[in-house]
This record gives sequence, C-alpha cells and structure tokens, in this order.
Amino acid sequence: MSATGIGASVKRKEDFRFITGKGQYTADVNRHGQAHAYFLRSPHAHATIDAIDYAEALKMPGVCAIYTGKDLADDKIGGLICGWMIHSKDGSPMKAGGHPALAQGKVRYVGDHVAVIIADTLAEAKDAAEKINVSYGVLPANADTASAMTSATVHDVAPDNRVYDWHLGDKAATEAAFAKAAHVTKLDIINNRLVPNPMEPRAAVGEYEEGSGVFCLHTTSQNPHVARLVLSAFIGIAPENKLRVIAPDVGGGFGAKIFIYAEETVCVWAAKKVGRPVKWTADRTEAFLSDAHGRDHVSHAEMALDANNKIIGLRVKTTANLGAYLSTFSSSVPTYLYAPLLSGQYNIPAIYAEVDAVYTNTSPVDAYRGAGRPEATFLVERIVEVAARERGLDPAQFRQMNYITQFPHQTPLIFAYDAGDFNASMVKALDMADYKGVGARKAASAAKGKLRGIGFSSYIEACGIAPSAAVGSLGAGVGLWESAEVRVNAIGTVEVLTGSHSHGQGHETTFAQLVSDRLGIPIDNVSIVHGDTDKVQMGMGTYGSRSGAVGMSAISKALDKIEAKAKKVAGFVLEAADTDIEFKDGKFTVKGTDKTIDFGSVALQAYIAHKFTGAQLEPGLKEGAFYDPTNFTFPAGVHICEVEIDPDTGVTKIDRWTAVDDFGAVINPMIVEGQVHGGIAQGIGQALLEGAIYDKDGQLLTASYMDYTMPRADDLPSYKLGFTETRCPSNPLGIKGCGEAGAIAAPPAVINAITDALGHENIAMPATPQAVWRAAQKAVMKKAAE
Amino acid sequence: MPMIHMTVNGKAVKGHAEPRTLLVEFIRDTLRLTGTHVGCDTSQCGACVVHVDGHAIKSCTTLAVACEGAHVTTIEGLAHGTDLHPMQEAFREHHGLQCGYCTPGMIMSAVDMVNRKGHDLSEHTIREELEGNICRCTGYHNIVKAVAAGAKAMQGMAKAAE
Repeated sequence: MSATGIGASVKRKEDFRFITGKGQYTADVNRHGQAHAYFLRSPHAHATIDAIDYAEALKMPGVCAIYTGKDLADDKIGGLICGWMIHSKDGSPMKAGGHPALAQGKVRYVGDHVAVIIADTLAEAKDAAEKINVSYGVLPANADTASAMTSATVHDVAPDNRVYDWHLGDKAATEAAFAKAAHVTKLDIINNRLVPNPMEPRAAVGEYEEGSGVFCLHTTSQNPHVARLVLSAFIGIAPENKLRVIAPDVGGGFGAKIFIYAEETVCVWAAKKVGRPVKWTADRTEAFLSDAHGRDHVSHAEMALDANNKIIGLRVKTTANLGAYLSTFSSSVPTYLYAPLLSGQYNIPAIYAEVDAVYTNTSPVDAYRGAGRPEATFLVERIVEVAARERGLDPAQFRQMNYITQFPHQTPLIFAYDAGDFNASMVKALDMADYKGVGARKAASAAKGKLRGIGFSSYIEACGIAPSAAVGSLGAGVGLWESAEVRVNAIGTVEVLTGSHSHGQGHETTFAQLVSDRLGIPIDNVSIVHGDTDKVQMGMGTYGSRSGAVGMSAISKALDKIEAKAKKVAGFVLEAADTDIEFKDGKFTVKGTDKTIDFGSVALQAYIAHKFTGAQLEPGLKEGAFYDPTNFTFPAGVHICEVEIDPDTGVTKIDRWTAVDDFGAVINPMIVEGQVHGGIAQGIGQALLEGAIYDKDGQLLTASYMDYTMPRADDLPSYKLGFTETRCPSNPLGIKGCGEAGAIAAPPAVINAITDALGHENIAMPATPQAVWRAAQKAVMKKAAE
Repeated sequence: MPMIHMTVNGKAVKGHAEPRTLLVEFIRDTLRLTGTHVGCDTSQCGACVVHVDGHAIKSCTTLAVACEGAHVTTIEGLAHGTDLHPMQEAFREHHGLQCGYCTPGMIMSAVDMVNRKGHDLSEHTIREELEGNICRCTGYHNIVKAVAAGAKAMQGMAKAAE
C-alpha cells in the first residue's frame, strides 16, 4: 500500500481552503447588480388565501418586484414533483396533491411560500414583506401522525389524507407463523420527527444571461444534475442545454439538500423576470420550516418465536407522516427504503409489513441520513431486545442464535444479502466493549445510586440504491447509476469528472487516492471535479451512501478504459502488441523485457501522436463510463452503548460506545471513521435530544436552536471503533458504503441501554432528562416495593 | 449611513453600515471576507465567531457600529501567508472537519479557548468550552482531539516566539 493509495489515511486535499476561510459556498457567491429575495411564508398551518394585497409593499424603498403563485402559473412554471411512484394494495397510484412553488389559493403548513419579495437588499425585502396584507381563511389543522386519517383534508385528491396504503411480504405465511408461535412479543414504536440541520442553510443564486438565453443557478444541492433535470423537464424553467446548475462547496446535506425546493425554483425563474441575478439565503428558522424533515413513523410490531427462541415471523403496521406535500423522493422512504430492511440481520422466514402514508399540515418529510433504514432498524432492534428480555435470554446470544450465517441470503422482502459475517462483528464488539465486565460496572454504578444499562444494535442497511432496472421496477423515476470521466492531460496529470457530489465526505481525497493508486501517479497530480452541470455531463449525486460503491466504481470503470487505451499507445512506442504490455506501478512494460515507459510519457505520446497514424489509433487520452451496479450493497455491524443514568436528575450519560462495522473495502480509514462518528452523533441526537414538535394548530414549536436540541460537544462521548471486512461482491472495488451507518445503528442502542438501566420498556425518543427522570422514578419505586 | 472604521486582520478598513447592520454582514458583504459564516440567528451555532480586541465574539449578534475602532481578526487573518496557525494545522491533521462550514468558527473559538484556559486542555474542558459551537458532521470526536493537539502546538509557537 502506498502512502496515498487505497487503504491509507491520507489527509484531506480539500481542507486547506476550509481551514483558511477560502471555501466557496453558495452564500459566498455574489454577482454584480444582484437583488435579494425574501419569501413571505404562511403563519397558518392550513388556510385558504382569499386575497393578497401588495400594492403598498411595492412602493417600499429598494423593492423591484413581488410575485405570487399567479405569476408562476401565468408563466406556465410547473409545480414541484415527487419522483417515485408508489401503488396502493389495490394497484391504484399514490394520491399526489399539487405542489406549486408559490401557493395557489391555499397554504398547507406553517412556512408554506405565499409570495416572494425581490429588493436591492435583504433588509429592504424584509421591510416590504411586512407591508403585504394577506387575507387568510383559517382552516382546522391536521398535525398529528396517528390521527391524520380522521383529520382535516389537506389535499382534495386524498379526502382521508392517505397518500397510499402499501404492503410488502407474504401475509398468509406470516399469519401461519404467528398461529404456531410459542411466544409473541408486541411493541408500539414511535420514530420521532427530526430536522436534518446541515450547518449551512440552503441558499440559491439565480442568473439569466440575455445574450445566450442561458440560466445559471448556484444552489446548495447534493445532486445538481437531478436539480437541472427536474427544473428543466418538469418545472419548465428552460431546456437542459439552457440551464446550468452549480453546487459549489456545500456545507453538509444529510438528505435535506437532495430535493428540489420552491426557493431555488423561484430565484432562477425570477432572475429573467427582474433582469438581475437573484440571491436567497435561508435563515435558520426558515431552514427549520422549509427543509424537508425526516422520520415521523408510528408503528405497531409483533414478533413470533418458536419454542427454541428462533424468530419465525414479524408483522408490522406503520403510519408514515409525509407532511403537507410529497417532496422529491418522499414516497420511497417509508416503503422501499424501509420495509425491505425489516428482516435485519436475522433469518426470519415470514414477514408482512403494511404502511399508510399520510398528509398532514406540517413541513414535507423526505430522506434524512439513513432514510427508512433507521426506522426499520429501530423497530427490529427494539423488538429483538424486548423479545430477548421477555424470554430471559442474553440479548447478544439471542441475536447470535438468529443471525443469518449463509450468503447469499434471500430475505422474504426483496433483498438478497450478498456477503457478511454478522457474528464476527458481534464477537469483536463484545470484546471491545468488555461485555463480561458489565455486571461489575452495574454494581459499581448502583453503589453510587446510579442506574447503568447496556444496549445493542445489530443493524444492516441497503446502500447504493441501484441497479437502475431494479429501482425502476419499484417505482423510481430515474436510474441510479453513476458517471465518471477521466481526462489525462498531456503531461500526465489527471482530472476526474464525477457525477457524485461532495458536501463533507472528502471525495477530492478518496477519489484521488483511487486514481493515484491505479495509475501510479502522485495524488497531487489528480484533481476531482464535481458539482457543475457545464463540466460534468450527467450524474445522480450523493445520498444513500452511494458515492464509494457506485461513484468510485464508475471512475474505476473509466480507468479500465484509460489503461486499455494507454497500453495501445505504449505498444506503438515500445513496438509491441498492446496485449504484450503490462501496466504496474505507473509503468508500461513489454512482458519479459526491460523495455518500459512511464505513465506521463505515454500521456504525452497519446497527445503528440507521432508514433501512430489516425487510422491506427485515435489521439488523446480521455475516457468516460457509466456504472450501474448489479445489486444494492449491504453494510452491517454491531453497536453497543453503555449508559449511566442519574435517577435524581434524569440525565443520561453515555459512558461507552463501541462500534464494529463491516463496510467492505475501505479507501481512507480516517475519513470512514469520521463518517461513523458523525452518524452516531446524529443517532444519539435522535435518541436523547432531538424532536420536531408541532402543537395541535400545526405551529412548529421547535424552529430555532433555542428550542430544537442539537447535539453539542458536551452531550456526546468519544467513540471506540472497530472494523470487520467482507468485500462487496457486486462492485469492482468491494465497497459497501459508510455514510449512514452510525445514524441507523445508534438510536436503538441508546434506547436499549436506557430501558436496560430502567428495567422497563416505557420510554420514547427523545429520552430527555425530564422523560428519563419520570421513567426512572417509576423504576426506583418499583425496586423499593420489591 | 454611518461610516465605520476598523482594523481587520491587521489592515485599516472602512465602510458604510446601517445602524442595524450586523458585524458579520459588514465582514461578509462589505469587506467580502466570506470565511466567517452564518449558521443560525440566535447566537447558538458559533459559525460566525471572530476575535474583537483579542476576545472571541459571535459576529451575528454584534452590531457593526459597536465595533468602531476595534481590532478584528477573522479566519482569513489567522495564518501567516501559507504558514498555517497551529490550530488550523491541528484541525487538518486530526480530521476535525468534514463539510467545513462550522470550521472557521470552531477554530476561532478554539484559539480563544487556549488563550483563556492554557495549553493543557482536558477532554472535559474542551467539550464544555465548545458548548457555543455546533458541528453536524464530525460528532465532535476529532474536533476534541484537534483542539487538544492545537493547544499543545500553540505552546510550542509561544515558546519559539520567546
């Protein structure tokens, strides 16, 4: 392994600009003559818009235009779309209500877009917004997931607010398993609503060049090409060849920046209308109101065991809140990204899941780090833990006796797990966590008046979100391959254009490691280009832990072609057949001889083209590839959380965190560990701190950092990480993906630890000090009574 | 609009600012120093931390007019040319950043922490002192390591200067 090759913890190439304040985020983009947009948002969760009077506002200083939904409709600008079709049990398509970028006649959540004010400065736009008089006809709000189907109708197309009633699995086989069960464990589970909160708020700068008729949009996007596709083909801003989308440095995404939102749509459209660049930057409360939220499931689960404590069946009924409108990929999250993972790491012969997705008068809900898989994992790992406790079994052993051990393994729910060794991760984690010593540590805590508990999470996820044909058959409106282009310059330096997008993942480093390793050239000679539709032809972006498994595989495929072409060039130079040329450590050698030429010289020969004719070989050295995987990838692992609770204050201290993950091949361990740390932090946030709370009128009570508890440094522990490795057989690099694992694994580990400490299962997320204090008092009183 | 004068990163600067203009707006929009970021509007996240007269402050809750005559250091003023400040170097060395958005504020807070608390910082102290800086990417694990290492390296810098 070279110091900069695959498997090395290379320091990040992108860091210099970030630590010196030289990053270029969308809010840092300024254009001559730019105007600023401010969105007037609905203060009501549900209301008709009877009139909008903005005559006074138009006269305010600095105001250049005010637009409403009528202006968009007049310009035939289409609504925002949901790109994944789900069908109900009866075969009918999901009920998609209209989603105009600026409201037309009705607002459906607090923060819904009523009008845009464009002015010389942001302050002037905000001042003018205060002069707009909107007459609302306030309607009853529907803001609760569990009761949504009997509440006020959000969209006329779905009178009972049900977007779809969907199911997966063999109902009859599952009922039969329960009929012969020796034991059934039942659990009601709420997966709390979260707000993704990348630290960079969303932003957009729209421009229109009159001479060429080309629009340009700088936007905080995880997938600029998908944004261009949707803005062009569905919303109708401009044809793709007249629309450039740039996602420069992006300050975190976590899913929230996958989607195509109202604000960037309006900014790029309005740039032509007002004849000036139009810039918008969200403030944090706007981010809370208008970024797509995550999770928000209410479920009931039942698990059937036989007399030998083997799991023989699982049935699940879930209500998933999708908010007021169907966001870009929302419909896929509580269906195909959720239910197929309900088998977990376990050999369960029969599973049946039903999902009702509902509209409510709340912010739209879509993919947030893990997207469906955290919801499935929380359900499976909670009910497995509870089942073990009910049967008086050690929770680790109960898991081990039910693990899938043979691969490939076809689950009852779509997925064929291709490779893994679940027990290896468990054994390693038990050792690292000193599981044998937990009894003594519990006794020591008890002696101090504290409650100690340990919790497991044995998770599996499905990443890559491809092959395209497979996701297409499940309703996806797009293919989920990835593209790459490798451009070798005449002096042997290399630019790689990738359709993946980096917003913290370190692609400029890891992708360069692959190229450096493969071509035997210094890593500083490799540049990674991403995030600009004028440079990279097409791509599907970054989410679903797919950039390594799919994005890098595309680069690998392009590098195969580069090597093949370069061998031909070398063959002409060395006067040998290309089939006799070997490529190793950056040198082309005629097999069995000392005739050799280095990579840089071959590149030069490819461009000067003196050693071959045009009829023999095309000059140049540039190759592209589209890579479509043959299967999803299946990262898996075991996380163990150990907590100590102070029953007097309800404060839960995470004392130990052990994570053993199998991500397949790892390119840069330092970066992978960083991804795990961050994921665990978000998972702990969900379990202990975070929750988006609406009141009965649909007001978001947690719309700032004063009210929504973001995990801070003193809320979190340091983490102990370990790895096992089974290579992924479905891509050339053996990569499974690591970006979402921590957020998927962590919540059940925390809650299993807390319930172990408390001695009862009655605690919901977030387990705040108040909630834990109440639950701990019950536990203390129960103990006193015994 | 009043004319404001400051010394920013060692250079005398001036510019017009409305009475309501925030220091961060003056730095970003008037001076075009965009390394200082805005992550919230309630003085919670710390992406906007700069040093004013040697102390870390949140520039999103400071009025520009209140900084008349002040000496301001932003993230752009921390390195000497291509020579990184030891705290910047420590963040890179220990992978204390991912998306980079919170990083300028984190580094400015960390330098201030060392100025106040010394070079030998425990994990507990670092975590408590970072209460006013939110990171969503790293889980803080590597930031804590970076700050501890940066604090030690700053001691070396101070000794070298003596």
